Amino acid sequence: MTLTIDRPAQSNAPLVEVKGLKHVYGNGAGPGLVVLEDVNLTMRPNEIVGLLGRSGSGKSTLLRSIAGLITPTAGTVSVRDMPGDDTAHGVSMVFQSFALFPWLTVEKNVELGLEAQGVPAEERRKRTLAAIDLIGLDGFENAYPKELSGGMRQRVGLARALVVQPSILLMDEPFSALDVLTAETLRTDLLDLWGEGRMPIRSILLVTHNIEEAVLMCDRILVFSSNPGRVIAEIKVDLPQPRKRLDPAFRALVDDIYARMTARPKGPAAREGNFPGSGLGMALTHVSTNTLAGMIESLAASPHNGAAELATLARELQMEADELLPIAETLQLMRFAEIEGRTIRLTAAARRYDAADVDERKRIFAQHLLAYVPLAAHIRRVLDDRASHMAPASRFRDELEDFMSEPYAEETMDAIVSWGRYAEVFAFDEGDDRFSLDDPA
Amino acid sequence: MVFLSSDGMNTGLLARFARREFVPNRFDLVALALIGALAVLVVHGAQQMNLPVTTLNTTPVMLDPARLPEYALRSTLRMFAAIFASLIFTFVVATLAAKSRKAELVIVPALDILQSVPVLVFLTFTVTFFIGLFPTSELGVECAAIFAIFTAQAWNMAFSFYQSLRNLPTDLDEVSRQFNLSVWQRFWKLELPFATPALVWNTMMSMSGGWFFVVASEAVTVGRTTVTLPGIGSWLALAIEREDFGAVAWAVGAMAVVIVLYDQLLFRPIVAWADKFRFEQTASEEQPESWFYDLLRRTRLFRRLGAPFAGLMAKAPRARLPRLPGARISNPRAERWLDRVWLAVVIAGALWAAWTIFRYVSQTLTLHDALAAFGLGFITLFRVLVLIVIASLIWVPIGVWIGLRPAWSQRIQPVAQFLAAFPANVIFPFAVMGIVAGGLDPDIWLSPLIILGTQWYILFNVVAGASALPNDLKEAAGIFRLRAWQRWRDLILPGIFPYYVTGALTASGGSWNASIVAEVVSWGHTHLQAKGLGAFIANATTAGDFPRVALGATVMSVFVIALNRSLWRPMYAYAEKNLRLN
Repeated sequence: MTLTIDRPAQSNAPLVEVKGLKHVYGNGAGPGLVVLEDVNLTMRPNEIVGLLGRSGSGKSTLLRSIAGLITPTAGTVSVRDMPGDDTAHGVSMVFQSFALFPWLTVEKNVELGLEAQGVPAEERRKRTLAAIDLIGLDGFENAYPKELSGGMRQRVGLARALVVQPSILLMDEPFSALDVLTAETLRTDLLDLWGEGRMPIRSILLVTHNIEEAVLMCDRILVFSSNPGRVIAEIKVDLPQPRKRLDPAFRALVDDIYARMTARPKGPAAREGNFPGSGLGMALTHVSTNTLAGMIESLAASPHNGAAELATLARELQMEADELLPIAETLQLMRFAEIEGRTIRLTAAARRYDAADVDERKRIFAQHLLAYVPLAAHIRRVLDDRASHMAPASRFRDELEDFMSEPYAEETMDAIVSWGRYAEVFAFDEGDDRFSLDDPA
Repeated sequence: MVFLSSDGMNTGLLARFARREFVPNRFDLVALALIGALAVLVVHGAQQMNLPVTTLNTTPVMLDPARLPEYALRSTLRMFAAIFASLIFTFVVATLAAKSRKAELVIVPALDILQSVPVLVFLTFTVTFFIGLFPTSELGVECAAIFAIFTAQAWNMAFSFYQSLRNLPTDLDEVSRQFNLSVWQRFWKLELPFATPALVWNTMMSMSGGWFFVVASEAVTVGRTTVTLPGIGSWLALAIEREDFGAVAWAVGAMAVVIVLYDQLLFRPIVAWADKFRFEQTASEEQPESWFYDLLRRTRLFRRLGAPFAGLMAKAPRARLPRLPGARISNPRAERWLDRVWLAVVIAGALWAAWTIFRYVSQTLTLHDALAAFGLGFITLFRVLVLIVIASLIWVPIGVWIGLRPAWSQRIQPVAQFLAAFPANVIFPFAVMGIVAGGLDPDIWLSPLIILGTQWYILFNVVAGASALPNDLKEAAGIFRLRAWQRWRDLILPGIFPYYVTGALTASGGSWNASIVAEVVSWGHTHLQAKGLGAFIANATTAGDFPRVALGATVMSVFVIALNRSLWRPMYAYAEKNLRLN
């Protein structure tokens, strides 16, 4: 393990220190959306630290605060260089979308940071070619990004980040836009380069929502809760590299993290799972009713027969935690499932749903929607009360925006429209942006 | 420089020559001839422009076909001078608007309104100004003409650049910030490349529209000042005055040659080149092609010779400019207050300007005149709308028919774009002859002229829309045996609608401008006039009646803005929201 390498005590001084970080999105008029609350992080040389959490947990915001791209609302971020005359300094970043300039060749893309630093042309070229060589891109120097596959593009992104010799490499979900095989190759290559000490960097900070990826790569994992993002657990990974996914210790760790990520927050809102807010102000995730039905069906069928471990389910359905958890929690919200620890269990209603025909399914879904999703009941009540049985959607959107930011309100509206339409609880006309009771015959 | 840094280009020159790297190949010969000729023409034309103003009077325009190439050249140079000015304007003004919120508050609405002001009106007001600026040189008159063309081109280019700057891809923006690119580096590496495809397209549209005004601005009478600049426009004016049918035909031919040349030698190459800046990570299926661009890329000598310039261009982003003093106020409350104060200042300025115009106009004109102008505005509005409808009824079916046949649309599309660029005012005399010969009512029969040049925008946009219809939808329509009207209602019309709106919007804007030239036309001593706002402005211009020109221009701007807001924008928004095919 890299951590065991003996070094003078002083060189173990922190490279990054984040203290009491808080970040609020919003225009300053309303209360705003708290994405990060009281986050502390210390990074030391020679470690790979993973930030693991669902989307909306603010892990990317933390990364961007360290990169200097975002000024946090409160708290301090300090990035220090290695002591002595270490050549590596500063931070550099690898992006999920690769962020390559399509009009520049591979070489020019990699050169970008050096050019900004004003490095003379000759040295620039030398260092660029060395980085391209290191990352396995030789032969592609004059290619344009559009000529490359996704994996090759991310290699360019990596070379571009490495060529400026940062002491800390920030990686924002670097493999999540790649297919499974390519991602695995890239991970292995990166770990090899890291293990052999061939990269000019001293530490890596990796943002991911893929639990296995975090366990595979990191020496330390910080698990974030959502809304607001807080560090709910810090897990040291002591498995030796290279790690094997099928190793029981590896599996146990993955299952453990699943349980921590689905753990219900304490307090009165516990029944509503991990959905932030309560009552009308509950922010919903737009999960398709087909997906919900599919999940109920596969849980009800053998070998699960109504209950399964989340991690097993995720592996079987080839879903990442980030995709699986919203589905599980939506089922929980509507009382179609219970999540206990790392296990998800169907309720009796869900079993009835599974056995029913199309119309009966809609009826059961409608019942649960009106009973357990306050916003759906609210819209229905307003429509029933009005003589015209019509109501503009903007009215409910405005109500939602009292509780949450615009993107969340938008997503919540999308969810409620799609569920309400499926359940035939109300109709929605997008052109007029209006809810109504009459069914489009 | 490349000559110094790249390993000994200066010492190895002979050796390289010996290795045939510098020996021209056959592509070089063709390119050399073309570029050499172009250079000679530009220098010659530029010299002519700077002649003293007296030569204008001693050597008037002559209807000698031998002089026509020179006149065509002069017209073309005017066009390019204007497009160059428009580009500079675009870079400065649009960048300012995108980077400063306070500038944005003023610039964006101003551009929106300037877009709607009839172009020829600018000419009326600036001719006197520019002649006063350069009283002894032809340059003043040239400037006035160039400025008029500029006003036809600059606004939509600036808009396009502003919008590109506001929609930079987030990740590339973050990379640039993370690496601390200087403002200057950022412009060259990120902003300009990203904005290039849209800017090139808008420049092309601007130039297409511009030819019309080149022709219109070369021979203009404002009160006692008569401007006649050597060019195709003044040739045409003279031909009309002398009722010389052959000379008009010559002008049409010359214009056609000029437009084909500019399209083939300049625009196709630039569009082909700009394709690499399209913000897509995947290679596009259909890449724009240009034989001239391929030729230039295949030349050996020209690429070598171009290298130093390419080196200079590569150097440009590295130049360190002093950081702009960014007075950053971190207090959001103070900032909001400052915005409000600024907005108040802007509104006060606008009110003052409106009051000034009002006072100026009301010195000589009464409310009655204003009402009359509005009445004429409605007549022209009626004309524009009816003609758009007629043109749509003709061109939509034809465009769809062509668009659904790829072999045809590939051949027709360049022709339609050519026709859109062709200045319709060159063909007006033929229409006048026809009306006079047939004893037709000018109020009705002059009307088609205002859409003569702009109807092609409808055609080529519809062709583009129809050829973009997804194949699976067409196949589905075939499998379910949709009847003809059902096919139109459910597939074709919704599919082409966004494209049609773009075309119709452009056509309508162009028609308002054209009405100033098309509602009053003449052939020798025969003057035809149609009742309308265009004729009102044209007559006021000839009479040098500035208050009336200002009134007419204001009324026309109001009409154009109202039409855009009440008809085209809602249609556009609807198409954007409901009818996007992806």
